[in-house]
Amino acid sequence: MTSEQQYIELYREAGDLIKSKSCAVMNAVRDEAFEAFQRVGFPTKKVERYKYTDVATAFAPNYGISLSPLTVKPSAYIYNIIDAPIDVAPYYHQVADKTDAITALNTALVHDALLVYVPKNTLVSDPIVVDNWLRGNAATMMNRRILIVMEQGSDATIIINDHAADKQRFLTTQVVEVYCHDNARLDLYEIEETTPLCSRFSNVYIHEGRDCSVKHNSITLFNGQTRNLCDVYLRGENSEVTLNGCAIGGGTQRIDNNTLIRHEVPNCTSNELYKYVVDDKSVGAFAGKILVDKDAQKTTSQETNANLCASSDARMYTQPMLEIYADDVKCAHGSTVGVMDEAALFYMRQRGIPEAEARTLLKNAFMGQVIDQIKFEPLRQKLYVKVEKRFRGELDKCEDCRLCK
Amino acid sequence: MLEIKNLHAKVGEKEILKGIDLTIRDGEIHALMGTNGAGKSTLSNVIVGNPNYEVTEGSIMFNGQDLLAMNPEERAHAGIFMSFQAPIEIPGVSMTNFMRAAVNARREAQGKEPLKSTDFLKVMREKRKLVEIDQKLMNRSVNEGFSGGERKRNEIFQMAMLEPTFCILDETDSGLDVDALRIVAEGFNKLRTPETSAIVITHYQRLLDYIRPDFVHVLIGGRIVKTGTAELAQQIEEQGFDWIKEELA
Repeated sequence: MTSEQQYIELYREAGDLIKSKSCAVMNAVRDEAFEAFQRVGFPTKKVERYKYTDVATAFAPNYGISLSPLTVKPSAYIYNIIDAPIDVAPYYHQVADKTDAITALNTALVHDALLVYVPKNTLVSDPIVVDNWLRGNAATMMNRRILIVMEQGSDATIIINDHAADKQRFLTTQVVEVYCHDNARLDLYEIEETTPLCSRFSNVYIHEGRDCSVKHNSITLFNGQTRNLCDVYLRGENSEVTLNGCAIGGGTQRIDNNTLIRHEVPNCTSNELYKYVVDDKSVGAFAGKILVDKDAQKTTSQETNANLCASSDARMYTQPMLEIYADDVKCAHGSTVGVMDEAALFYMRQRGIPEAEARTLLKNAFMGQVIDQIKFEPLRQKLYVKVEKRFRGELDKCEDCRLCK
Repeated sequence: MLEIKNLHAKVGEKEILKGIDLTIRDGEIHALMGTNGAGKSTLSNVIVGNPNYEVTEGSIMFNGQDLLAMNPEERAHAGIFMSFQAPIEIPGVSMTNFMRAAVNARREAQGKEPLKSTDFLKVMREKRKLVEIDQKLMNRSVNEGFSGGERKRNEIFQMAMLEPTFCILDETDSGLDVDALRIVAEGFNKLRTPETSAIVITHYQRLLDYIRPDFVHVLIGGRIVKTGTAELAQQIEEQGFDWIKEELA
């Protein structure tokens, strides 16, 4: 039986049950998504955007699927999609890439979704925090869906935290769709702090209209296998996007980030900085493409991927890409893979700093550059501490989590 | 304090030190002079345990301990400090954090509690004044964007913070203007206790005007070929090394 087959059978058997627990707007695209999944199947490593992650193997084990309802604590701007105060049909599964297997599977299987809705000209000063908790006493597959609608002139910071509360095998698919109307500003942080037993497949899709500014920060502090895709479509002039990533690998962890920034119109700016520290036998992969369409003149784009291989058994794959069809643009991209600076290590040891501590200081300093970019100050301070703890090996459970004691 | 016997060392496949014997007692200053490539820096790097240098023969005892069996940080904790000829930049690590880690690691090795933050900053402030180093450099990354003179001053500042008993000044005078040289040398002198001993590597007499050596050694071809008093440095300043080479031949 191929890896796909169990999901195809699952849908045939439980499709109606899923629909009964879901809502009209999600059910409207469900069968179409299932058919897309059946058609494309799990991508093999020959598929360019999946060459660093073996998807079929990750989905092969038999996970139980969770159909427990979403608990949404009543708070401003966050809704269960069933209670959406707006018509979400123009957004739901409209920003996402319908041909992507993970997105198709998620859309077919997901029974409820979270909506973050920020109305027109609303400035949300406190961050909107979404905490995802993986809980279960058996191996469980979770399908998560988040829709973020930023209306014209709105401004918000959203922090999505991923935790695993139980030492259990979890397979997560996640699709986040972000629709920014003209003149919207969004800072979106995703922080994964799970366990080596967790596999995460996350696809984030961001639509930007005119005069928008979006910052997306993807932070992988602790995980098992992670595959993050982030696609940004710049569809209105004078918009900007910043994609930052911090990935820390140890043990046999795998972290694969795949991004696409598509400049469809003129006068937009994109900046991208992803940094990895891979230690032990961990594997990191980064592939980022900047695609500049023919009409997207006066595009400015800078893409950087810098990586530190802290052990000789760690592996890093990096693939920065520029594809430009316009002729009046300013684009640059580059990547580096380096090892620990031996001269700096020795200098520190001569001053009496033990080797392990010196290595921690260097790794921390390397990652500091990405954390420095975090605009929301309390989060930045918290992440300095967390990243340092991670490098000291003190972050094997999430400290905020009362369940992990 | 330090006793080097028949020391041979190589870098890669190249043998640089070919049998060094040197004894330094408490409170003594030994100047090390010699042609480029004679092995002066190799000797200092071997003493501090730089892993790029391999000792093939001989021994170094430091206050009765087998130095060659210790790793670089243990040697530092035992009281050995080297002022680097080319201090290293460490982007992203602030001077303050660097010093805090170094000072507290040493205290831990001595079985002491780490310094409280306020006490640590107070010590930093006092020692900074000694070498006239600007506070704003302390918030920068280690040696990043420091001028040549600031880097050398920063070395002596670190020495002040770590209070070593044995110092190696590896061409600490190179790249310094006259005023900076005076500040660095006077800083070193203020830090000296009657027990502090040092190896001072230099090409020039002028540093030795401030830091008076008890002995001057001439290193050529990986061996100490001549030992004298301060007057020997004066003679080298005036006449170079050729006359020593001729003596040898």
